[in-house]
Amino acid sequence: MTDTLTSNPAPAIEVAGLECGYGGKPVLKNISFTVGRGEIFFIIGGSGCGKSTLLRHMVGLHTPTAGTVKFLGQSFTLADTAARRGMLKTFGMLFQSGALWSSLTLRRNVGLPLEEYTTLSRREIDEIAGLKLGQVGLGGFEDYYPAEISGGMKKRAGLARALALDPAIVFFDEPSAGLDPVTSRKLDELIRQIRETFGTTIVVVSHELASIFDLADRVIMLDRAEQGIIAEGRPRDLLANSRDPRVSEFLRRGDKPL
Amino acid sequence: MSAPPETRNARASAKVDGDTLEVSLAGSWQITEPRPSWPELLGPQNPARVRLRTDEVGVWDTSLLLFLSAAQEWCRGTGAYCDVTALPEKIRTLLAQLTAAHETAVPFDRSENFLTTVGLATQDTLQKGREISHFVGECVLSTVRLVRSPRKFRWRDCLDEMQQCGAMALPIVSLVSLLVGVTLAYTGAIVLRQYGGDIYIADLIGLSMVREMGAVMTAVVLAGRTGAAFAATLANMKANEEIDALEVLGIPAVQFLVLPRLLALAVMMPLLALYANALGIFGGLAVAYGLLSIPGTAFWAEMLTIVDLSDIATGVIKALAFGLIVGLSGCLRGLQAERSAAGVGRAATSAVVTALLFIIVADAIFAVLFNALGI
Ligand SMILES: Nc1ncnc2c1ncn2[C@@H]1O[C@H](COP(=O)(O)OP(=O)(O)OP(=O)(O)O)[C@@H](O)[C@H]1O
Ligand SMILES: [Mg+2]
Repeated sequence: MTDTLTSNPAPAIEVAGLECGYGGKPVLKNISFTVGRGEIFFIIGGSGCGKSTLLRHMVGLHTPTAGTVKFLGQSFTLADTAARRGMLKTFGMLFQSGALWSSLTLRRNVGLPLEEYTTLSRREIDEIAGLKLGQVGLGGFEDYYPAEISGGMKKRAGLARALALDPAIVFFDEPSAGLDPVTSRKLDELIRQIRETFGTTIVVVSHELASIFDLADRVIMLDRAEQGIIAEGRPRDLLANSRDPRVSEFLRRGDKPL
Repeated sequence: MSAPPETRNARASAKVDGDTLEVSLAGSWQITEPRPSWPELLGPQNPARVRLRTDEVGVWDTSLLLFLSAAQEWCRGTGAYCDVTALPEKIRTLLAQLTAAHETAVPFDRSENFLTTVGLATQDTLQKGREISHFVGECVLSTVRLVRSPRKFRWRDCLDEMQQCGAMALPIVSLVSLLVGVTLAYTGAIVLRQYGGDIYIADLIGLSMVREMGAVMTAVVLAGRTGAAFAATLANMKANEEIDALEVLGIPAVQFLVLPRLLALAVMMPLLALYANALGIFGGLAVAYGLLSIPGTAFWAEMLTIVDLSDIATGVIKALAFGLIVGLSGCLRGLQAERSAAGVGRAATSAVVTALLFIIVADAIFAVLFNALGI
């Protein structure tokens, strides 16, 4: 991964004129932004404004009605199935509920991407899976089934799975929703650590103001009525300079302790 | 009644004062208690002004607001002036919120006229047809891919499913097919005894079990047992974003989840059908012995004069096709399910219905086909 990083200067993610919607009803229109390599990028906005929708359209779970998404300079929306598969392994995604495969143990959950994309032996795969689980603080839970662990643990296991292939880009859908403050803080630290260690590009959908100010290099804010981006920039700059009442209202809520 | 006035039931009175209708509410207004309604109070009157008062109201909740907003609504509709100045501040604020909610709600029209409904239904049917053919096509393509690289196949899952849909289904398949054999024998005996052709009961049982009943009854049992289970499992995985997680990893759900299940059914269904044939014939044989006093050896010998390998083969081919139908409908309905608990239930139901429908249709097609081929 590292040599493509240096030889290919294109930004990690380029979204241009993206239009998202379900069943012909548009939810978002004309979304354009870029995410630099190694950046921690937040997508924020009120409930129902289309954050999850944007994420799901970007990773190809739904087909956008217009516009393009490029990863590492390569078009994803126009790619054929084989090229798409090649690109899919360069990113990981953590779903809101963890989305662990309930019929597999944590070890097999984390190991499955490796089984799919590598020719490693079963022993090596198990070893790597154990390592990744240890990294998110789940050492010793390798043989548990998803139904036997708590919500926060599921999320961390989901993160271990998203990181299994050492992806260049990781998407997080509300990583801290439903977690207690301490756990969500730990998760934030983990995210930062991943970026620091591997130079991973990270895209987070979040409501959590503490995380936004703590982690985000840059944010975009979506708005439901506007069906698009209403603000873009560093969170502190937006807080200080934005004249849009919707932006300052959203950001001010959580910045009291500073 | 000795209760103080404000705790008695909700009351409303109207007094005409020139062109103004003075409405006074009193008593305790509670949503769980009976209360007056605005249209009843109004009757045939058509005032130009309505003045609302709640001075004598005791305890109140949303029911009071409902009444007041109905009055307001009526005023807005007829153009009458609604005077709310006599209402307490709190109630006025709540009423204003209610009105605001009315005005800002985005109109979302779910009503449709007849033509639209028919058009949408047609589109929907076409769409469903497309989805089915798309799904079947995807299964075929995935199978081809897997034949090229069999290492990717989830053998473990497939074996688990075989155990689930094959071995675990033995008791119910045994019971059903045995009873079908018995029932057929009793029914056949009524007719055959009239003509003194008792021995032909063996032909009747043998042929109908092997060619028809064995495969069909097994398919019906597995549609209810396994097809529904497939649909529920996949629908639940979908609601839980597990399928999305697969797609994002570039692992097609069809390859990972559907093919192992299809193969398991394709293998187990013919085996179960053969087993069902044997038990059905045994049931018929027992009845023939008990009711018509035909010895087992005679029954067997007579049956072999008419049932040959091609009959057994037709049954097995049918069972294979039915197995694929059950598996495909279960998986398709599971993958199409809505992401909700209700969606899981609907997926299971519709998997069974789809499977049964297609089993009957396929059986009819097979009947015509085998007849044309002279098998
Ligand atoms: N599967 C779907 N079909 C149709 N409409 C949908 C679907 N999913 C979401 N929507 C609509 O898209 C809009 C945006 O939804 P989305 O889930 O993206 O919001 P969100 O920004 O993630 O909100 P939250 O912060 O509450 O998760 C909503 O108005 C919703 O009604
Ligand atoms: Mg969301």
